[in-house]
Amino acid sequence: MSALEIKNLNKTYPNKFVALKNVDLQVNSGDFFALLGPNGAGKSTTIGIICGLVNKSSGSVSIFGHDIDKENEAAKACIGIVPQEINFSQFETPLDIVVNQGGYYGIKRSTALQRAKKYLNKLGLIEKCHEPARNLSGGMKRRLMIARALVHEPKMLILDEPTAGVDVELRRSMWDFLIDINKQGVTIMLTTHYLEEAEKLCKNIAIIDQGSIIKNTSMKKLLSNLNKETFIIDLINPIETLPNLNGYTATLIDSSTMEVEVDREKNINDLFEIFSASNIKVCSMRNKSNRLEKLFLDLLDNNN
Amino acid sequence: MNKQTTLIAFYTIVRKEISRFMRIWVQTLLPPAISMTLYFVIFGSLIGSRIGTMNGFSYIEYIAPGIIMMSIINNSYANVVSSFFGAKFQNHIEEMLVAPIPNFIILAGFITGGVARGILVGIVVTIVALFFTELNIHSFPITIAVVFMTSIVFSLAGLINAIYAKKFDDISIIPTFVLTPLIYLGGVFYSIDMLPETWQTVSSFNPILYMVNAFRYGMLGESDIDITNAFLMLVIFTTVLFTIALHLLNKGVGIKH
Repeated sequence: MSALEIKNLNKTYPNKFVALKNVDLQVNSGDFFALLGPNGAGKSTTIGIICGLVNKSSGSVSIFGHDIDKENEAAKACIGIVPQEINFSQFETPLDIVVNQGGYYGIKRSTALQRAKKYLNKLGLIEKCHEPARNLSGGMKRRLMIARALVHEPKMLILDEPTAGVDVELRRSMWDFLIDINKQGVTIMLTTHYLEEAEKLCKNIAIIDQGSIIKNTSMKKLLSNLNKETFIIDLINPIETLPNLNGYTATLIDSSTMEVEVDREKNINDLFEIFSASNIKVCSMRNKSNRLEKLFLDLLDNNN
Repeated sequence: MNKQTTLIAFYTIVRKEISRFMRIWVQTLLPPAISMTLYFVIFGSLIGSRIGTMNGFSYIEYIAPGIIMMSIINNSYANVVSSFFGAKFQNHIEEMLVAPIPNFIILAGFITGGVARGILVGIVVTIVALFFTELNIHSFPITIAVVFMTSIVFSLAGLINAIYAKKFDDISIIPTFVLTPLIYLGGVFYSIDMLPETWQTVSSFNPILYMVNAFRYGMLGESDIDITNAFLMLVIFTTVLFTIALHLLNKGVGIKH
């Protein structure tokens, strides 16, 4: 079943800016879906329309089979939204914010209170639950918005750059939390600028640029399009010149670092055999850039 | 949403609205008590004792209903305009917009919050008034009905103001340049019988005159205008403003892109 089905969606703002052009998108139930795109590509507009914060110009959006025009309330009940910008009252406490959100979805106060404590606890906010929200750090505020989005236990969670400005450790704990939620059956759709995040978490992906979807495929399929990878290799002993690497393209960045391009069909073991034969000792090896990042930039370049 | 979940959503908005103005009671409940005390001291006791009677009542007795009504009008309006604009400004209105709440429930929730503050301040000012004069109720049903309907009208007006407001200045322009003059010229401190005929006619276009006089009738049994006209005016204003406010919410004016 489709969790989200967008057909021919268009949005032109009153200032005549065309934010979306004939967007078609489908997210399956249980998916972990990434919507990627540069700033101003139309990601937040798409999410805004899905959640009822932006009026669409034309097209249709269905959430678990509920059309947002015909069954608006049923559609809204299926979604939890974590927006990009902080959008809660800074004067209220996290507990009140989450419990009230439950109330807006028609959940009894006692149940909402129970769930609020459960999610605030899971997200490490329980000790701050009675403090004014303005006292929370940036990362805590983002986690508070996740707890708030989950209080009505939605079938689909939409996160608009949930880890923006969050430190590495916290980001990883949020990833684990989202993976866990997804395993419980919640469909997740996220936008992010951290492509490593999308690669690690998402099964399917759509790339949007200048209001149009330019790629919509599975993460696996997309990454399989990558026909070569560039590795940075740090050497234990410095070298002056590159040995013959038998078909591998390499450049020496400095006497202890080289950059090697490896075609997908080539075996990386062969490279190490050449190193051994040439008495080159490798200290460490890493990708020059995130694999998805390279593809993402290539796609945007082609689109432009 | 079914009936029960809709009621829960309504109750949540009302609870949030009431706890908001109770949390900042120093800004919401105390100032009207202080300023109305000054009105009673200056206009009631000091100047009022030299004015003598008005339409058969001591001056302080005559102005007390007007002063109570003035505080109800100001506070109903102020509560909704500041709360709704604050929610827009901080974007937390989105908490309601993403939830499956019908717009009329959002509207009813904010209006109930405004009515609650208007009535609470009205009670506080009535208690203050009792330190200066005796208050009698001529007709309970009329008094209660006028209070409720007036605070609904001004809560709705406050909400419409907040929907169109883009900056903080926009929520003070109407109270300063429209509401205050209309209140002061709405027969709070005088009977329109004292005015020349032309100004009596001009005053008859001031809706607040009807509300103040209807309330005065409820308390003193004395009014410059026909009480039926006052209720008719209140019903028309409530209906028109409710329709406008709901239409604006449905369209997403000022709150959706």
